Formats: sequence, C-alpha cells, structure tokens
Amino acid sequence: MDFHYTAEEEAFREEVRAFIAEHNIPEDEHEDPDALEGWHQALIAKKWIGFSWPKEAGGGGGSLIEQFILKEEMSEARAPALGSDFMGLTWVGPALINHGTEEQKQRWLPDLLNCRSIWCTGYSEPDSGSDLASLKTRAVREGDEYIVTGQKIWTTLAHKAQWIFMLVRTESADRYGGITCVLIDMKSPGIEVNPIPNLVGDHSFNQVFFNEVRVPVANRLGDEGQGWRVVMGALANERTGISESTTMVQQLDRLKDLARRATRGGRPALEDPEVRRQIARFDCRISAMRLNGMRHLTHQLKGELPGTETSVNKWLRGPLEIEMHDLALGLLGPEAVEPGDWQRTSLVFHGTVIGGGSPNIQRNIIGERILGLPKD
Amino acid sequence: MNFGLTEEQELLHSEARKFLEEQSPLDEVRRTTSNPEGYCPKQWKTIAELGWTGLVIGEKYGGAGLGWIDLIVVLEETGRALFPSPLISTLIAGSTIADFASDAQKERWLPGLASGDEIGALALLDDASAPALGAAKPRATRDGDAFRVSGTRLHVIDAPNATSILIAFTDDTDALHLAYVPAATAGITVEPRETVDRTRRIGHVTLANLRVAPEDVLASGDDAQRVLESTLDRGAVATTAEILGAGTAIHAMTVQYAKDRVQFGSAIGRYQGVKHPLAEMYVDLESIRSLLYYAAWAIEEKPEDAPLAASRAKAFATEAFTDIGVGAIQLHGAVGYTEEYDVQLYLKRSKWARPAFGDEIHHLERVARLGGL
Ligand SMILES: Cc1cc2nc3c(=O)[nH]c(=O)nc-3n(C[C@H](O)[C@H](O)[C@H](O)COP(=O)(O)OP(=O)(O)OC[C@H]3O[C@@H](n4cnc5c(N)ncnc54)[C@H](O)[C@@H]3O)c2cc1C
Repeated sequence: MDFHYTAEEEAFREEVRAFIAEHNIPEDEHEDPDALEGWHQALIAKKWIGFSWPKEAGGGGGSLIEQFILKEEMSEARAPALGSDFMGLTWVGPALINHGTEEQKQRWLPDLLNCRSIWCTGYSEPDSGSDLASLKTRAVREGDEYIVTGQKIWTTLAHKAQWIFMLVRTESADRYGGITCVLIDMKSPGIEVNPIPNLVGDHSFNQVFFNEVRVPVANRLGDEGQGWRVVMGALANERTGISESTTMVQQLDRLKDLARRATRGGRPALEDPEVRRQIARFDCRISAMRLNGMRHLTHQLKGELPGTETSVNKWLRGPLEIEMHDLALGLLGPEAVEPGDWQRTSLVFHGTVIGGGSPNIQRNIIGERILGLPKD
Repeated sequence: MNFGLTEEQELLHSEARKFLEEQSPLDEVRRTTSNPEGYCPKQWKTIAELGWTGLVIGEKYGGAGLGWIDLIVVLEETGRALFPSPLISTLIAGSTIADFASDAQKERWLPGLASGDEIGALALLDDASAPALGAAKPRATRDGDAFRVSGTRLHVIDAPNATSILIAFTDDTDALHLAYVPAATAGITVEPRETVDRTRRIGHVTLANLRVAPEDVLASGDDAQRVLESTLDRGAVATTAEILGAGTAIHAMTVQYAKDRVQFGSAIGRYQGVKHPLAEMYVDLESIRSLLYYAAWAIEEKPEDAPLAASRAKAFATEAFTDIGVGAIQLHGAVGYTEEYDVQLYLKRSKWARPAFGDEIHHLERVARLGGL
C-alpha cells in the first residue's frame, strides 16, 4: 500500500499545473470553438490526448498514474475536457488498440488523437436496450463487403459523427457468438439520422436507420462473431468514463457552495445538522468512488483489463446524482422552479444514470458475475 | 501509487484467517463468550506469541515492528471470526504509546503490551456522538507535582479485562492531559456491564481521587489534544477494519444462503429483490475497503490526512454495516431470527460497532467540518 507519488510523478503534476496556468480557458468559454481549438492544439502538442495509450499507437505513452494525475489536475482547475471526442477517446480508441489490425490503427487513431474525428456508438435498438445481446441489425457478407440493414436508437451525436462504432448480427442462431463489431462511415449511402429531442430540450441523441449500407469487411473490428468480447471491454471503459469521481467531486463543491449561500426556515442552511450530514455522506461516497477507482487502477497496472468491477462505481453514481440533486433543489427553495444550473443538471443526470447500462443492470452484473448468483 | 497488499501482508492475512478458522470457529466463539471474562486467556497467549498484540510495537520492545496496514489485515480477520479478545484496545494503547510517549514510558509499557501480559483499555469517551466532550469528563486538581482525578467514563471497551488504562482529564485551567495508568490502582473501579454483542466486553470506569503521577502523563495541553484525536482516529480505523471483516463474513453467508435456499422453484438469489440488496452490500463492502486502506495508510504516512480519512471510513462503514446487519437477517427469513443461526451474532456486532470510537453522527459532522463546512 503506497499512496505516495514518485518524484517523477510529482514533477509531472507540476508540468500539468504549469500547462494549465498557461493554457486554461475560463468555464464560460468552454463551448467557444476558437478557444477550444487553441486548447486542443496545446494538448495535442503535449500528446496529452490519448496520453496513456502506447507510443506505437500514437499515444503519449504515459503511465496510468500519470493519466490519473492529469485528469485530477484538469478537473481541479475546471479545465475543458481532454479532447473533443469523449466516446472516441474513452472506448473506441482503446478497442482499436486492443482488437484492431495495424492498418486499422493507422487509419483511425491519428484523427482521434488530433481531434479531427467524432465517433458515435451504435449498440441500442428499439427492442434491444438492457438486453443488448438480442440486437437484430443484420450484416450479410457479400464478397468484400457486409450489407447492413436495421435500426439503432438513442445514438448520441450520430448527427455530428463521422464514424459509428457499431454492433451488428452476422449469425442469427448464436446469441453472443453471432455479434460482430463494425466501424461504419456515417456518410455511407443508406444511412438516415433522425433527431430525438431529449427532455432537457437538447438534441443529443438520434434514431439511425441502415438500409442496405455497404461496409467493407476491412472495417470489421476483431473477428466475425467476436463483437461481444469487444463490447464488454468497451462497456467497462464506458462505465469507468461515466463514473469518474472527478465529475462528482466538482458537483460536491458546487453543492457546498450552494449550501453556504442557502437558508432554511430563515436560518443559514449549514446550521441544520441534517444538511451537514447529508453533504458529509455524499463526501464519503464520492471519496469511496475515487479510492475504488484507484484500487481498480492498481489491478490494471498489474496487467488486468477493466471488467465487471467497473459496475461498482457506475452503480454508486446513480443514487448519488439523484440524492445530491434532491438536496440542491430543496436548498434552492422556490427558486428551483426557474431555470438554472442545478435545475438543468437535475434533468441531465437522468440520461447519465441510464446510459452505459441502468442501475438495475449494474446490480445484476454484480450479483451474477461477481457474486455468482443465478441468472434471471 | 499502489493499492495492493505486499506478499508478506497477503501471507499474514491468510495465516490469520487459517489460525482463526482452526482455533476459533463460531461454536468456539459461542463457548468462549459464555465465560465471565469473555475471552480465552490461552488463545490470547497464542495470538501474542504470533505477534498480533505487538504488531505495531518496535522490535526493540519485543513487538513485530510492522505497520498499520498489517494491523488492519489482522483485524479484518478477527472481525470476520468475531474473535472475542481485548485485541483492539491493547493494539491502540500500544500504538499511541509507541508514537507519542516518552522513552521511559515506552520502556515501562510497551514490552508488556507487546507480549500480551498487559491488556489495555481506552477510557476516553462517554458520548459516541461527541467523543471527548462528554458531560462526565474527568477533572483534576493539583496535588504537588501529581494530579488527583475524579470522574466517570461510560461503556469503556475491554475495561473489565484491562490491566492498564488510558485516561483523559482536564485540570483547573481546562488544559487536557492524557495518562496511562495501571488498572489496579487505588481510585479506579470498573463496573462490568452487560453487552448485546457477547463477543465484546465493556465497563464503566470510575476514577475517584485517583493519583496520577507526572511519569504517568503522556501528553498535556495542545499535545494531549493531538494525541487524543489521533488515538480516537486509530480506534475508528481499527473498528472499521473489524467491520469490514464482519460485514464480509455476514455477506458471504447470506450470498451462500441465497444460492442454496429454493422457493418458487428456484434459488432465491435469482430474484432481484434478493440479488440487488446483495449487490449493494457488495458495493458498500468494496467502498469500506477502499476508505479503510487509505485511512490506515494515512495514520503513518500522511498524518495530516488521517482525521478526515478516518472519519470518512468510520462514518461510511458504520451506516453500511448497520444496513448489512438488518438486510442479512431479512434475506435469511425466519432462520435468521433464530439463536442457533450465526447471522445474528454479526447483527449484534453491528450494534456494538456503531458507537465504538464515534458513531456516524460524530464522524459525519467531522467530515462536514474538515471538508470546509
Ligand atoms: C442519454 C443517453 C444516451 C445514450 N446514448 C447511447 C448511445 O450513444 N448509443 C447506444 O447504443 N445507446 C445509447 N443509450 C441507450 C442506453 O444504453 C439504453 O437506454 C440502456 O441500455 C437501457 O436500455 P432501454 O432504454 O431500452 O431500457 P430498457 O432496457 O427497456 O429498460 C427499461 C427499464 O427496465 C429495467 N430493466 C430492463 N431489464 C431489466 C432486468 N433484466 N432486470 C431489472 N430491470 C430491468 C431497466 O433498469 C430500466 O429501468 C443512451 C441512453 C441515454 C439515456
């Protein structure tokens, strides 16, 4: 057990801080394309996008610990994200590194690392949500191509993405072994993207129709029938990405700020012991998430790939979001009926909690795959 | 950064488990706890020989010279086994003396604590929600260069078996002092109290005009405050380690039961009303482990982080263990309500662990305060 950082790691932290001092942009400019462009170029020059990916793959070759330091420092400084493509960098890139051929890596990784591409993810279908392995979108081999026909839904960013990281069915009789992963150019003839407005009022996800879309076999990631294996790794990365404790630490700080300003029954809210205890409980749980994540990192440092343990933090996040927003809106009092930051995130979190697998599914995974209880 | 145990610690872990499984299975625990003293002196001698009582005491004083991670590794196992012994109190007394006492005091106490001849107790709190601030806080007057101390401490863990006791008192200037004194001193009486968790022994400690000599005093003033706080943190972390072990054990028993018990044609563990609470308990236990490891590490390696880390661990563990105890009984159905079935022993341990070294009310408030509220 050793939570000390080495001298090199501390030096790296200083480097990150110096970088932030020079390049960080204020939070209200995080959406400004010009400001972001400058930020991304500075990150790219440092190789801090895909920093922990191997050098051969064009990554920065940083250690997982350095990556952890990088993320925490960036979060603490409220800096913009490490790159423009969350999905591409969090799971598509690692999947390419783990399962892709040399050619495939050459073809897609450079754009990912240089913020020149956006990826979307095509798992869910109208009849296949939690039961992902029941997916029906078909891919029929014809010479050097697959002909893909079917429908995906809830596809985040399909309206902006150049590429879709997608699961198709190549064999109907074999539930898991009939699933294959393909990477499809979103400009391919036969693809139609229709927006689905979400409850926040934003356009984030879509319906995507595939009508005899021709996909080169060279775009298949992993072997035919290996899609389930590819996606298990990708989902573990997605769950880790969704459950970064840094996001929750930021949210806790926001909640503390709110509590410092709020009143209850005419008295400062922080004089209410129950309010203090509720916030302290969040603090304990978020701290547990952070340390759980570090513990999982230790396993990865020993060479294990992320797996079912990622459901632990994914599960922890759901109730935290619900309860933290409940307290925040309560502290806002009547002001909660007007639009505002908390009001907005109190709508947004519903998507985060379901996406990447609902809380029930996380508890099924833990119950069945970790505790060995019978499947239902 | 590394979150793992060393090979030696893994070995210590498995040896501790093996020893307790062989020497102190739960039917043995039940027999032992019907003794008036509530532990088995013969087993106590054996664990002392294994080095457990002197785990964090330097080799110079006959200890094993190991650290807090080793200590929680052993306590996880004593918790899992519900091993009845005054180990926690003795370990904390030794740890505090080793880190904060004078050389002469170390000479005087550490060899006995390491060898297990000395059994410690910590008479520091009487209100779990406000440790060290209890109404009955002992007070002292000067008697030459000594003190005369009077007051009461309630529910002192292991007091009935203790041969020496750590006490805290304030003098007429309200300065705090900590002293370590032989239990068999005139002016100390221990009134053993019944416990719900029979694997634990407690007593009320009354000090009546107790003479505390200068050489008994470990720390005074701000120093005493710091040592007191650190001692309570150590107690909270040690208790959390036992919670982790006990919680893991009752969870494993319940998971097994959910696999074996068939109703409506299948093992009850298939039903989500059973599966999901078991999954949540698992997440809580994982979280306790993470919080605990960091807190134990901080005690030695980053003392400035220890208060917050210890309070986070104990607050979280206390609430989770309480829920795990309740949930485990429910998931067993009526058999969980029987005297014979062992889950009830763990439920009772959760009742003991809650106030020990500060309950959730205390530790959550501390987390709020140390977190800037
Ligand atoms: C904001 C957002 C973004 C998304 N982005 C993408 C994306 O980019 N690409 C993509 O492919 N998908 C995406 N999804 C889809 C997401 O993965 C699915 O919504 C999710 O897996 C749940 O599937 P479902 O919506 O069909 O719900 P269902 O599976 O129909 O579930 C409905 C309810 O039933 C419960 N339930 C279902 N099965 C069980 C069971 N066996 N036991 C207990 N309870 C059960 C669920 O917990 C849930 O509460 C996104 C979703 C959201 C909300």
